[in-house]
Amino acid sequence: MSKRTVELELATPGVDTAGRPQRVPLTANAEPDLGAEHMLVNIGPQHPATHGVLRLVVELDGETVVRCIPHVGYLHSGFEKLGEYRHYNQIIPLTDRTDYLSPMANNVGFALAAETLMGIEITPRCTVLRVIACEMSRIISHMVWLGTTSIDLGAFTPFLWAFQERERIYDLQEMWTGARLTTSVTRVGGLMADIPDRFVEKVREFTQTFPKTLGEIDRVLTRNAVWVGRTQNVGALTAAEATNYSLSGPMLRASGVAYDVRKDKPYLGYETYDFDVPVGEHGDVYDRYLVRLEECYQSNRILQQAVDRLPDGPINVDDPRVILPSKTRAMSDMEAMIFHFKQVMEGVKAPVGEAYVGIENPKGELGNYLVSDGTAKPVRWRIRPPSFINLSALPKMAEGHLLSDLIAINASVDIVMGEVDR
Amino acid sequence: MIPGALREAVARDGETIVHVPRERLLEVMTWLKQTPGQEFDYLVDVTAVEYRDRERALEIVYFLRSLKRRMDLRVKVELDPAEELWVDSVWELWHGADWLEREVFDMFGVTFRGHPDLRRILMWETYAEGYPLRKSFPLRGRFSRAEQVRQALNANPEAHYSLEELSIADAAGDLPDEMRDRLRRGERGVIPDPPSP
Repeated sequence: MSKRTVELELATPGVDTAGRPQRVPLTANAEPDLGAEHMLVNIGPQHPATHGVLRLVVELDGETVVRCIPHVGYLHSGFEKLGEYRHYNQIIPLTDRTDYLSPMANNVGFALAAETLMGIEITPRCTVLRVIACEMSRIISHMVWLGTTSIDLGAFTPFLWAFQERERIYDLQEMWTGARLTTSVTRVGGLMADIPDRFVEKVREFTQTFPKTLGEIDRVLTRNAVWVGRTQNVGALTAAEATNYSLSGPMLRASGVAYDVRKDKPYLGYETYDFDVPVGEHGDVYDRYLVRLEECYQSNRILQQAVDRLPDGPINVDDPRVILPSKTRAMSDMEAMIFHFKQVMEGVKAPVGEAYVGIENPKGELGNYLVSDGTAKPVRWRIRPPSFINLSALPKMAEGHLLSDLIAINASVDIVMGEVDR
Repeated sequence: MIPGALREAVARDGETIVHVPRERLLEVMTWLKQTPGQEFDYLVDVTAVEYRDRERALEIVYFLRSLKRRMDLRVKVELDPAEELWVDSVWELWHGADWLEREVFDMFGVTFRGHPDLRRILMWETYAEGYPLRKSFPLRGRFSRAEQVRQALNANPEAHYSLEELSIADAAGDLPDEMRDRLRRGERGVIPDPPSP
């Protein structure tokens, strides 16, 4: 891009006395007008370090990021528009495909919003199963985050360990729903299916061995000089900034704001579980890593409590207007057949009104806002996308850092483009 | 009662909805953020709702939260869809509104006055079919499939660079003339007349 070659001795001290990389703006002392020779670098949309089809246009002064302009929308699928043409239960498969790294939690979030809108109370067994679904999602999402971020920063081994654990959860999801990624596990008023035999046993087995892997990852990264050097003091946001930028989830908590929807606006009976919310102090990439790692331990604790208390009973509410009757009953019982027909052809009608339900997704607060005009299809379905809003603070975090730190900061946001673009 | 509020309602999830006239939005929002005892320091979401009933007003919905008091509040502004759709930007109060307001502009065509960088966000800069989440917008888009494919194949890959970025690279000259003029005048995301059948 630049019209002439800049020849300068870049005598920058690489690290300070504590061994941390020191950032020296690469301005030329001899020729002050060289400050105008900025370089424009385009990263993505097809680049492995942007975690999907994110495009970053970066203005560089030497290696220092002066300005960073993210471009999103390459994966825009119009889910919100599609939702306006579908029955409530038909929207659930769309939620799988927004944040495809934690599909079960999205299913739960949407079902909770639709149930709030319709005034439905779900059964105790369904509540606990949904908690299991949410916490399994949190673990797989954080495992992907951990694996890909460590690869971005040059550590390959944790990636393999993390993806092995993720594979075990995927096996559990496959056992339950038949699908690994597009689970569609919830229905309005209940679940698509009850858990199969031996599922609880398998979850117990997982929760007993999973902390060992976390311990190994902890040992290999937390006090690793390269990891610490690449992440500490990088992309730091204060609590006031994180609040002002509407960050949520681990990003907000790493900056020292102790807000977790599970604790502060509990849903699915989270107030009855014994778990802690990790809160960071410095708001940098390192603290985000620590917060997410600790959240995995806490999710594991919740999973153990949930399988211990799992009550017997039905998974669906006892309301034939909402829950599809079984195929056998629909074929043998006149009334059941009528309800079956009405639900499939007309859908479940929601009363006039609106409801917003936010749940603590792995990426942050996932909100589902539904507005109904009394028909079986919502007038408006809005997803509050946590990673979209977290990503909007990227320019603020990256500016003034080195280009290689931009990759670390972008990784620490934990974006998933299916949700950013929807 | 919040000063300037027209009326209050309760949503089905139990939250309070406050309706505010467009002219007093910024004043009310500033009051909500800065008054002790209110302190709504966190903007959860900004979105818009258009009803199937074309007579009903288009609503801009703000979800506010006070992290200190653990309180939520919903503020709504009603806009007449027959008139120009504009509302004041709340970016000065909450920087998180930046992309959220851009998305509402992109999807509904509502102009946020005072927004620092009101560009399309999910659709591309030269997108000419209108505002996808409006009820008048057909599900499959305004143009035929053939026209959409033709436009995609003829698209200039550089065309979605904004002038601001290209000026750094001295490459602004690569933009189509019409778009360069439009950007220079500060107009963004205007719908051209639909092609005559």
